[in-house]
This record gives sequence, structure tokens and C-alpha cells, in this order.
Amino acid sequence: MEGKSISPDAFANNSLSEIVKLPAWEGNKQRALGELFEIESDSADKTANLSIHIHGDVSKVRRIGSGMTTGEITVYKDAGFHLGEEMKGGRIHVEGDADSWLGAMMKDGLIEVKGNAGDYVGAAYRGSVKGMRGGAIIIHGKAGNELGHFMRKGLIRVDGGVGQFAGLHMKNGTILIMGDPDGRVGAEMTGGKIIVNGRLNEVLPTFLIDSLRPKVKVNDEELLGPFYVFAGDAAEEGNGKLYVSKTMNTHLKFYEQFL
Amino acid sequence: MAELLVRNGFVYDPLNGINGERMDIAVKDGKIVDRLHSGRRTAIDASGMIVMPGGVDIHSHIAGPKVNAGRLLRPEDHFKDVEPKTEKTRSGVGHSIPSTFTTGYRYARMGYTTVMEPAMPPLMARHVHEELNDTPMIDKAAFPLLNDAWLVLEPLSKGNTNDAAAYVAWIMEATKGYAVKMVNPGGLEAWGFGRNVRNIDDVVPHFGVTPREIIQGLCRVNQLLDLPHSIHVHTNNLGKPGNYVTCLETMKCVENQASNDKPVIHVTHCQFSSFKGDDWRTLESGAEEIAKYVNTHSHVTTDIGQVVFANTTTMTADGPFQYIMHQLSHNKWINNDVETETSAGIVPFTYRRSSFVHATQWSIGLELALLIKDPWKIYMSTDHPNAARFTFYPRIITWLMSKVAREKLLKKVSNRAQHKSLLPTIDREYTFYELAVATRAGQSKCLGLKDKGHLGVGADADIAIYNINPEQVDPSKQYKRVRKAFKHAAYTIKDGQIVVKDGQIVKAVEGRTFWVKPKLPDPITEITPRLKEVFEDYYTVQYENYIVPEHHLAHSHPVSPKMEA
Repeated sequence: MEGKSISPDAFANNSLSEIVKLPAWEGNKQRALGELFEIESDSADKTANLSIHIHGDVSKVRRIGSGMTTGEITVYKDAGFHLGEEMKGGRIHVEGDADSWLGAMMKDGLIEVKGNAGDYVGAAYRGSVKGMRGGAIIIHGKAGNELGHFMRKGLIRVDGGVGQFAGLHMKNGTILIMGDPDGRVGAEMTGGKIIVNGRLNEVLPTFLIDSLRPKVKVNDEELLGPFYVFAGDAAEEGNGKLYVSKTMNTHLKFYEQFL
Repeated sequence: MAELLVRNGFVYDPLNGINGERMDIAVKDGKIVDRLHSGRRTAIDASGMIVMPGGVDIHSHIAGPKVNAGRLLRPEDHFKDVEPKTEKTRSGVGHSIPSTFTTGYRYARMGYTTVMEPAMPPLMARHVHEELNDTPMIDKAAFPLLNDAWLVLEPLSKGNTNDAAAYVAWIMEATKGYAVKMVNPGGLEAWGFGRNVRNIDDVVPHFGVTPREIIQGLCRVNQLLDLPHSIHVHTNNLGKPGNYVTCLETMKCVENQASNDKPVIHVTHCQFSSFKGDDWRTLESGAEEIAKYVNTHSHVTTDIGQVVFANTTTMTADGPFQYIMHQLSHNKWINNDVETETSAGIVPFTYRRSSFVHATQWSIGLELALLIKDPWKIYMSTDHPNAARFTFYPRIITWLMSKVAREKLLKKVSNRAQHKSLLPTIDREYTFYELAVATRAGQSKCLGLKDKGHLGVGADADIAIYNINPEQVDPSKQYKRVRKAFKHAAYTIKDGQIVVKDGQIVKAVEGRTFWVKPKLPDPITEITPRLKEVFEDYYTVQYENYIVPEHHLAHSHPVSPKMEA
């Protein structure tokens, strides 16, 4: 199902009777939101700054909160593809899991997922070079491949592990991975910062050891290390910084001889 | 077929000297006729509206291998501009490189009925024609790229025009082409070796021929074969500061081949060839010099190649130039078609108002269009999609017709470009009559399309009706009304059928594909037997690989070369 109409911007200035009539595609059939959801409203406040609570399983609903600028969406179970794509403001909370393309090309706002997220978190859509351009995505579980693909600004934090190619083509911004990445972190990155607090089996050969630092700053917080700092991706003449925890990655000790 | 009467519109038909007179246009069996006899006819009330011949675009990349490669390169160009299927039209995607069907629909909605695809690699002709077959609503033709084919370069290096002419004649017929297209003559062959030519007297590697000899040679070939259009030239050094000199030399080098004041060379997207200055920092407009030359010579026609500030996709057969674009913009790049005796490059590009260079380019285009006094010599184009996509035409029309409109934008562009721009010194504003020349009549005359671009008896009934009253609207002040009117034609009539009404497609039709079957003048003989040998001895492709059978064209329309004394 296409859920573009489920966003504070679409609901704003509409009464409940108008909201149930908002369009929603189910497969190739156009339906109204009211045919697919039971919708209740508990407030007369019709400003854009409203909050939407979704109690059912919407793991097959795409593009919820697409392009939203304000307000709040809370999903109590799993959410589908493209949640919060191109969002420009407001907040989205997911108690369950989120699928792929979470916050794709987002510009601002906050997305928080209690469970896991799929591939292409904060990524650029096919062909585009404008990935996430601001705001923050926080994932308490794991995330899939190509997290922060073509990222330009903002923060992505994952408490669990991530798939391959985190920070692919990254230009700027910060990615913080508390768990273990699957490998190829920062491939073709030209700028920005990736911090790996877990175990990284191998640093790409196109990354050069830069220094060993006791701590790293993530926005206003400080994360204690020590960290190996790598610069790359040299294949792109990039100057991105890859921080890898020293304590979790004793197998990278041989890099110290090049310092 | 039904009869149709367009009543009481303000008719602008420059080829027949009609300037805004109120009159009726009668149509029968897809042609313009003097009057209708039967009473069973559809009538369109065009009172208070402008009636013009259907628009003609002399240079717009709408089909072919590099256009398609551009589509593949840029999914991000399409995903926000999706056209769903309707009862009348097929689905597709739009933006800087729309899909074939969308291209046809969008042209028709602006009142355009004839569009030329100006760069067909001969070896890829089938692909071009398959895409053209799938481009509805408009008539079209394709220009084969000929300047850097071995069998053109070799005879020309020996001064043998006849052999080159035999080859060109064969290519025209084999690939179902319409005109001789030249892109960076000599430079594309050099690009095959990673090089370029620096000026029109630089020698092409391995052939010992110069761009000057190629241009002059193919111009003679064009005259020998009596092709309807002149040679269609994208100059050397295109897009480089200081290149206005090359552009002038290119125009000059065929000066003495002109006869009867007839144009012999069309310098296309002239804006890209009118840069003065030593480098990007000292870039200046060379429009004055170019305009001065064009104003005093009758053997040249040009089109603008107007820049509009937006994201677009640059794609030309000028491989080395596109490589420079790639280095300048760091955007993704495709290098294409080098194996087909030409080349091509594709790079996405954004023209920005804040950029001194882009703003200067924007200014140069308009300066050319306004300083070249005769609208029969300069036509409106954007070199779609290189300088801008064709859907920006209504906006360009407002800049041509209104000083206020262009000054309003000029105030928002790079300061340095503003100070250098000649636009504040130019007061000229196009009239509707001049606009009709620059957007249809001039282009069709230059292309030698006898039944297009006018509304005289016997012409194809391709008519565009725009909802704007020239007696009530002052285009120089109410330019927004002009833009709105030209964005969505009130009616577009194609071959006597109403295909667009109020900017919406009401009937989907397929257009024809024009091509030329040249006649070989004495003593030039058929090249086929020699050609087969050459292909067998030296090529990895064969003679047969080039030939597009006529039945491959959905609506083939061969044109005989004009037989003038």
C-alpha cells in the first residue's frame, strides 16, 4: 500500500471526515484511507503540529511520512519501505522494525527506530548523489547494507551491527556504529566521519592509517576510545575519517607500525 | 477524412507574409486548402487567439543511443516526473530526457509538430529509427553524423569530393538520414586516440586532413547531392573560452561556396560557440562579433542553444568536450559511440544563476537572438537537453518578447555576469511575427521542408493555436500571459486532426519520418561494390549492418532532393 497521505502535513487543516477520504493506493487500485484504516481523532487541534499514532502492522505500507515538515508519527509495530523519505522536519518513532530506504534523502528531522532497519538507511535514490542532507536517524537494533549511501550531512547512529558498505560514497556527516559492521566500511567516501565501536574484520586497503586518538566527538558528546583513525577512500582521493575502536580490534594492531 | 475550419484567428504565417490578419484556415484531408465546399465540417472558433503553423524544432536530441544511455544514466531525473497512462496516452517519464512517448506528447502540448534529431551515429540508425517510431504526435527526421567516418576523411584528405559524396549519398539512403551533421569535425576521430583538434587548421591524426577541409568538403558534397538542408555544424572548440574565433572561421571557410544568397551552413547551438576571453575567469560574450558577421552574410543560419538555469543532462557527440564537462563538474559521465566512427559523451549538469560562467552563457544566448537582426537567420532552440530541456521554450519566448522579463532575471544572476552582460543595452523585443519565424517558419525553410512551417494552400495541416489575443495583450509587459499561452496550446492540429485541446492530448497520432534519397550527379557512381570490399577487408562490421530497410520506419516519408537549376 502507498501511504504518502499518512503524514502530519497531509492531515493538517483537515477534519476527520476529510482525512478518511485522503487517497491511498492499494496495489493498482485507488482507495481512501478510511477504507483501509480505522481512524480516530482525539483533538480538535488541526494545526500541522499534530501527532499521528499508528497501532496496526504497517510493514506493507510504503512512504509513510514522505516529505513531512513538522509534527510527529509513532508506529507501534513494524513499518514498511521508504518511511520518512525526504522528510524535512518533525519526528518519527517506530517501536518495531523499519524496512529499507528509511529516511532516504531526508533533509531534517528525527527518526528513531527501536528495532532493526533494512538496507539503504538515509540513502540517495538510484542515480542521485544527494543522500541524507541533515537531521538524525537513530536505530537501536541492527541496520542493513549501504547505510548512509551518499550522505552529505546529519547523523546516523546504529546501536547494533550493520551490513556491508556503510557510508558508501559518503561526502559529509557522521555515522556512528556501536555494533559490528559486515565490512567494506566507507568505500568511496570522500569526506565525513564514520565511527566503528564494534569489531571490523578488515579496513579497506584504500584507507591509510592517520593517527591513534583517545576519544572522538560525535556532535556534542564524546566517545572514549582509543580509536585508530584512517583516512580515505584513496581510490576517490577522499579525505573521509574512519574511526575504529582499538580495544575491539586488536587484530588491527599491525597498522601502528605505520604511524 | 474530415474537414476542418479554423475561424477568425489572428494568423501569423511568415512564409506567406501574413502578419496577424484575422482569417479562416481551411483544412481538408490533412492539407491546407483554399476553401471548403461541403457543410460537414468541424469548426474551431479561434477568435481572440493566435494561429500559427505547427512548431518546428531544428535541433533537439530526442532519440538514439546516447539519448537512451542518458536515460539509463539518470534514474534520479525521472522518478519525480511520472506520467501515468490515460485513455489516450501511454505512460512514461519526463524531465530532462523524457521517454519517447512523453517527448512526443510534451512537444504536441506546446504546439510543436516537427522535430529533428540532430545526431545519429550511422551504425546505430536502427536504434534511432526504432525510438523515432515510438515518438508519437510529431513528424521527425534524423541527421547522420558524417564528419569523422573513415570513408569521408580519406577521400577528403586527397581532395576527392566525389568519393565522399558517393559515401554520403549511400549513408543517407542506408540509414534513412535527412541532413549532413558535423560535430567537432576531425575532433571525434582524434578523440578515438584520446586527443582533440585545437582549431580548424589542426591536422587530424592519421588522416592528414584538417577540420577546414572536412567542412569545405562536406559543404561541397551537400551541394553536389542537392540535399534539402545545409550542412549542420557543431563547431570545433565548442564550450571553450575564446572559441568565437573558431566559430567565425568556420562560417568564413564556406563563404565562397555560397551561391544565390542561399544558406550553405547552419551553425547550431551558437551560444556554446560564442565565448570570448582567455579562460573561464575572463569569459566574455562574443555575441556582438558573431552577430556582426551573421548580419552581413547570407550564407549562414544559426540556432541559439539557450541556457535556462536548471538541472539538465548534457549529451553531445562531441566526446572530448563532454570529457571536459565531466572534469569541470565531477559528475558522472558516459563515453559512448566511439566505436561507431563518431563519439558521444553524457554528463548531468546544473546551470546556476549564481555562477558567473552559466549566467554569461544565458546572456550570450539572448544577446545572439536579439543582436542578429533577421529572425530568418537565428532560430529558437535549447539544444535539448544540453542547455535546457525543450519544455522551457515558453520561458525563452518571454525573454525574447519582453525586456522586462529578461531584466528581472538578469538582476538575480551573478553580479559579475550582470555587469558584463550586453542585455541592458538591447531594447529589441520580438513581435509575434518574428517569433513565428524563429520557432517555425525559419526553421522549416532552413530544413527545406516545403510542406511545413506555413499555412499556405497545399501545406500539411499542422497548426498551433494559442490562447492569447495580440490586440489586447502586450507581450512586453504581460509576459506571464505569453508564457502561459505558449506552455499549453489551446489547440494543436496535426495533419488536419485535433490532437491537443487546452493543453491536453485528445487524440494520439503517429508522425512521419522524413529521409532523403539523394540522386547521384554525373560522374559520381554508386559506391556499393567498392564499399562491400572495404568493409570485408578492413571493418569488423559489414555493409549490411548499416542498412535500415524502409519498412523498418513506421511512417516512412522519403523526400527527393530539391531539383533546382
